[in-house]
Amino acid sequence: MSDLKKIKDEFVSKLKGKLDLAELNQIKSDLFGKNGLISSQFKKIGTIDASERKKFASDLNIIKDELQDLINLKINEIEKVNINEKLEKEKIDVTLPERSFVRGKIHPVSQTIDEISSIFSEIGFSVEEGPDVENEYNNFTALNTPDNHPARDMHDTFYLDEKKERLLRTHTSPVQIRTMLKDKPPFKIIAPGRTYRSDSDQTHSPMFHQVEGLHIDKNINMGHLKGCLNYFIKEFFEVKKIKMRFRPSHFPFTEPSAEVDIGYEIKDGKIIIGEGDQWLEILGCGMVHPNVLKNVKVDPAKFQGYAFGIGIDRLAMLKYGINDLRAFFDCDYRWLNHFGFDPLDVPTNYRGLSR
Amino acid sequence: MKITFDWLKDHLKTNLKEKNLLEQLTNIGLEVESVESLSSDNQLFKIAKIIKTEKHPNADRLKVCDVNVGEKELKKVVCGATNASEGLITIYAPPGAIIPKTNTKLEIAKIRGVTSYGMLCSESELNLSDESDGITELSKKHEKNIGKSYFSKSKSNLIDLSITPNRPDCLGVKGIARDLAASGFGRLIVSKEKKIKLKTKQTLKVKINKEKGQGCSAFGSCLIKNVKNTESPQWLKDKLISVGQKPISAIVDITNYVMLDINRPLHAYDADKIEKGIFVRNSKSGEEFTALDNKIYKLEKGMCVISDNKGVLGLGGIIGGTRSGTEFDTKNILLESAYFDPRSIRNTAKKLNLDTDAKFRFERGIDPLSIETGLKKAASLIQEICGGEVSKIDIQKTESYKTKIINFDVNSFENIVGFKISEKEIQRILTDLGFIIKKEKNSLKLIVPSWRPDISQQIDIIEELVRISGYDKIKTIDPIKDRSKSTLTQTQRLFHFLQRAIASKGYLETITWSFTDQSYNNHFREAGKEIKIVNPISSELGVLRNSIFSNLIMYMSKNLDRGFKDLSIFEIGPVFTGSNPGEQKTVVCGLSAGKKSRLSWIDKERNIDLFDAKRDVVQTLSEAGYNSDHFFIDSKTPNYYHPGKSGRIFLDHSKDKVAAYFGEIHPNILKKIDIKTENLIGFEIFLENLKLSRKTLKDQKLKFSVSDFQKSERDFAFVVNKDVEAQELISVISNVNPNLISNIKVFDVYEGENIPDNQKSIAISITIQSSEKTLKDKDLEKINNSIIEAVENKTGAKIRS
Repeated sequence: MSDLKKIKDEFVSKLKGKLDLAELNQIKSDLFGKNGLISSQFKKIGTIDASERKKFASDLNIIKDELQDLINLKINEIEKVNINEKLEKEKIDVTLPERSFVRGKIHPVSQTIDEISSIFSEIGFSVEEGPDVENEYNNFTALNTPDNHPARDMHDTFYLDEKKERLLRTHTSPVQIRTMLKDKPPFKIIAPGRTYRSDSDQTHSPMFHQVEGLHIDKNINMGHLKGCLNYFIKEFFEVKKIKMRFRPSHFPFTEPSAEVDIGYEIKDGKIIIGEGDQWLEILGCGMVHPNVLKNVKVDPAKFQGYAFGIGIDRLAMLKYGINDLRAFFDCDYRWLNHFGFDPLDVPTNYRGLSR
Repeated sequence: MKITFDWLKDHLKTNLKEKNLLEQLTNIGLEVESVESLSSDNQLFKIAKIIKTEKHPNADRLKVCDVNVGEKELKKVVCGATNASEGLITIYAPPGAIIPKTNTKLEIAKIRGVTSYGMLCSESELNLSDESDGITELSKKHEKNIGKSYFSKSKSNLIDLSITPNRPDCLGVKGIARDLAASGFGRLIVSKEKKIKLKTKQTLKVKINKEKGQGCSAFGSCLIKNVKNTESPQWLKDKLISVGQKPISAIVDITNYVMLDINRPLHAYDADKIEKGIFVRNSKSGEEFTALDNKIYKLEKGMCVISDNKGVLGLGGIIGGTRSGTEFDTKNILLESAYFDPRSIRNTAKKLNLDTDAKFRFERGIDPLSIETGLKKAASLIQEICGGEVSKIDIQKTESYKTKIINFDVNSFENIVGFKISEKEIQRILTDLGFIIKKEKNSLKLIVPSWRPDISQQIDIIEELVRISGYDKIKTIDPIKDRSKSTLTQTQRLFHFLQRAIASKGYLETITWSFTDQSYNNHFREAGKEIKIVNPISSELGVLRNSIFSNLIMYMSKNLDRGFKDLSIFEIGPVFTGSNPGEQKTVVCGLSAGKKSRLSWIDKERNIDLFDAKRDVVQTLSEAGYNSDHFFIDSKTPNYYHPGKSGRIFLDHSKDKVAAYFGEIHPNILKKIDIKTENLIGFEIFLENLKLSRKTLKDQKLKFSVSDFQKSERDFAFVVNKDVEAQELISVISNVNPNLISNIKVFDVYEGENIPDNQKSIAISITIQSSEKTLKDKDLEKINNSIIEAVENKTGAKIRS
C-alpha cells in the first residue's frame, strides 16, 4: 500500500468520527500545514522517478482535493450546529411591546374642509380666504344689509370698537365682496373659514366654521345652483342618491333665496342621510342680489350667479355622527383621538374622500 | 308668528287638511317652526263646585275642599285661597294637567300631611287675567256645566311660523291667507268692512311736528265716547288664547286682535287723561316717562314721542305709557293708528334696549294705507262690545304714500330661475298677491301693493313668482367637471402641508377659539397690542388672542388634569396683531408635555426637551422644501420662552424673517397657571414668514448628481469657550471647502474633567469627498490642516490632542 493510500484511509476514517472545530483545525494543519503530510508529499514530487512522477502527482492531487472537500464539509456541518446552538440561546419574547409610538390626528373640521375643497375642486371652484376681523361695510352694508336692517338682528355680532365699525365676521360672505372687488368676473370660488356670533348654548358656539360659495358668470341661473349643491351633497355624504328640498327663504344678499333641507331617517339610533321623511336644514343659498353686484362694480345686466353658505361643523357632525358642537373646541384628548383623522388620510378625488 | 288653521279660515276658503297647509306654508317660504296642540291639554281643566270646606289640620291658612268635578266621587283638594267657600263654582285642574302660567305638570301631592288631588285655579294661573288673588269665580249659570271642560274645544293646533324680516305683511293672518290663496291653497275671502256710523267730530287735536328726523309721517285717530270697558266675549278670548295671547280687557284685546289679524298695530289712550291734544314730536334730551312695562325710560334727543301738554305719553310705535293707559273704568278712548318710519323705530328701540311686538312690526314696515281700515275695524268691534259713539276719523300727515311702480320684463324670469311660466300665470300670481297690472308693449307695468315694503325692483318680482310657483319646478343642471384655475394657492398648499406634517409627528390637532382669557393672553402678548372685544360672551373670552399658546396651554392643563401625562397638541390658525381687517398672522403652534418613553421596558425614559420640538420644526420645514443646511439659529426669543432653553430659526443667514421659535415655556408662566407636568415645550411656525419657493417639484427634480469617488470620514475634537455655538463651528468648517466637505455632524459635547472651566469640547465628524477624483492621503492631510486652522483662527478653539 502506497503512502498516499495510507494517508487517505487514515484521515478519511478520522474525519468520519465526531470532531469539534479545534480537532478539525488540527487535522487540517496535520495534512496541509507547512510540514503537513500532504504538503510533504508535494515536496517529494521532484525526487520521484520521471516515469512515475506524472501518476504520483495526479494521485496526490486527487487525494488532496478529496480530503479538502471532506474537511470543508465537516467545517460547514460544525458551523451549522454552532449557529443553531447560538440561535437557540438568543430566542427572545417577541410578544413584549414594541418601542412606543404616538399618533397625531387631524381635527374633523380640518378634514371636512379638505373634503369640501376636494369636491368643489373637481367642478372648477378655487379656494379664497378673508380676514377674521372685518369692517362693518364688508360684513353687512355691501351685502345689502344696511344699518338698521332687521336682518342684522339675526347675527349677534362681536364688535371690536364702540362705533361698531370693526367686528368679527358673522359669516364668510364678506369674502364674496373682497373677491369681487379684487378681480373681474367670472368668479367661481369657495371660502371656508372661521365665523363668529355672540351666541353660546348647547347648539351654538361663539365660533364656528362656514364655507361660502360664489359662482358668477353670464347666464348662471337657479338650475345651476341646484345642480351644484345636489352634486356637492351627494359627493360629501358619499351616497348615490340624495333627497333634497329647496325652500324659499330670505337673505338680504341673495334673491331669490332658499334654504336647503336634506332627507334623513333614524335607523337603530343612527342618522341615515339621504332617505327618510324627516327634513334637516343644512344650508342657505340664492341668486346674488343685484344690489350686491352693483356694490362691487359688477354689472348685474351682464353677470349673474349664485352664492351659498354652509355650516362646516354641522356637516362634520352629520357625516361622522358627532353629537355635541361644543366638543369641537374643547380639545379633550380622548375626543380628538376618537374623532380625529390620520394625517395620511388626505381626501382626494382619485382615492376617495374617506376610507 | 303664531296662527291657527281656524283663524286662517276667517280669510281663506279651503277644504284642504292641516297636513297640506303645513307643507304649503313651508313651500311658499313661510317656514313652519313648530306645531303645538294646545287644545288637548286645555281640555283637562273642568268646571267644578266646592261642596264642603274644612280647615287644614296642620295649617291655618289652608283649607281642605271636597269638590264636585262631575264624577261620582268628590275630589279632596287642598286650597289656600281666601275665597274658596262652599257653593263656589270654579275651575279644577286634575293631576296631569299642565298649568299654563308656570308650565308645570300637576301631581298628586301631600300638602302638610293631607293629600291633594289636583288644584283649584286662579285666573292668573290659567293666563286668563292678572287676577291672582283667589281662585276663579264662575257665575251660577255654569252650574249646569259642572264636569265639562272650561275651555271651548279648539279644533286647530297652534302653528308657529318663522316669518323672514322682509315679510311684515305675513305678521297678520290675512297676509298669510293671501299668500296661500295665490299659491292655489284655497280662495281669499274678501271681508266687507262693517259699516259704522261716524257722526261726531274728532275733537282732540292731533299735530305732527314738522321737524328734522320726524319718525311719524301719518297719525290717524278717532274718539270713542261713553264706552264700558269689560272682559272680552268668549269668542275673542278664545281667539287670543288660541295663539297664546292673554286676554286683558275688551279694548286691549280688540287692538291686539286687529294687529294679529291684519298686522295693523293700534294704540288706545284714555282720552280723559290726555291734556289738550296730541303732539307727535322729537323727544328732548333727558325726558322721562313710565312705560306700560312699568319701567321708567330716560330718552335721548330725537326719539319719536307721542305727547300732550304735560309731557310724553308714549314712544310712537314702540310702547305706550302708564299715564294714559286704558283701564276697566275708562269712559272715553282715543284710538291711534299711525305710520312710523322703520329706521326711527329701530334706532330708538336699540338705544333703549326695548323689544315689543309693535316695534317688531313697525321696524319691518306697516302698510301705510291700513290706517283707516284698522281704525274702522277696531272701532266697530269696540262699539259692538263696549258700546259708545265713534267720532269721524282724523288723519294727520306730513307726507303721503307714493305708489311704487315696477316695469317687469317677463323674460327676466326664465333668465334667473331657469324655467318658464306663461305670461298668463305670471299675471294671475301677481294679481292674487295684490299687484295691479297694466300690460305694456314689452313689459308689465306693476303697481306694488302698499303692504309690501320689500318689493322695489324686478328681482323682487322674480322671487315672488318662483316662490309661489314652487321651488320644486327649478331644474337641476349638473355641474361640468372642468377646472381652469388651480384650486389652492401656493400659500394655501403650504398651510395644508404644515398642518399634516406636524400631525404626522404625533401632535393632535385642536381648534380653539380666536378669543381668549385676558390674563392668559397677557403671558404671551409681549409688547403686542391688546385687542378687546366690546361685547364678549364672558369676561374669560374678552380679547382676541395674540398667540395661540394662551388657549393651548389652558387646554393642555385640562388634559393633564384628566390624567394624561405625555401628550402633544397643536393648532394652525390666526393670531391677531391689531383690530383692523388683515392685522392677523397664521401660526402653527404646538405644545408638548411630560416625558418620552415613560414606563418603557426597553427605552430609557427622559423628560421631553427642546430638541424634540426643534426636531419637529426642522423636520417639518425640511419636508416642506426648505434646506435645513441653510437655516440660521439663535437664541433671541419672546419672553414667554425659557431665556436659556429656546431658539429661533431663520431660513437662511440673511435673517430676514423669523420662520419659527421653539423652546421651553418660561417657568414663571408654568408657576402662575399652576400646570403640573415634568416639562412643557412649545414651538411656533409663522406661515407668512416662509418664503414660497419659485421652483416647483417638477423643476427641482430635473438635476441629479452624486459622486462615486471614495469618501473619508475624519473626527475632530475642539475645545472652545462655552459661549461659542456649535452652529459657528459648523459654519466655519463648511466654508473651508464646500466642494470637498459634504457632511458635518456634531457627535459629542463634553464639559468637565480635563477641560478647563468655561470651556467645552465639541467633537465633530466630517465627511470629505471629491466629485472629481479619489483623494490621496496628502490631499486629506491638507484639508484636515485647513479645517483645524480655520476653526482655531475664527473661533478661538484648540484642537484636542
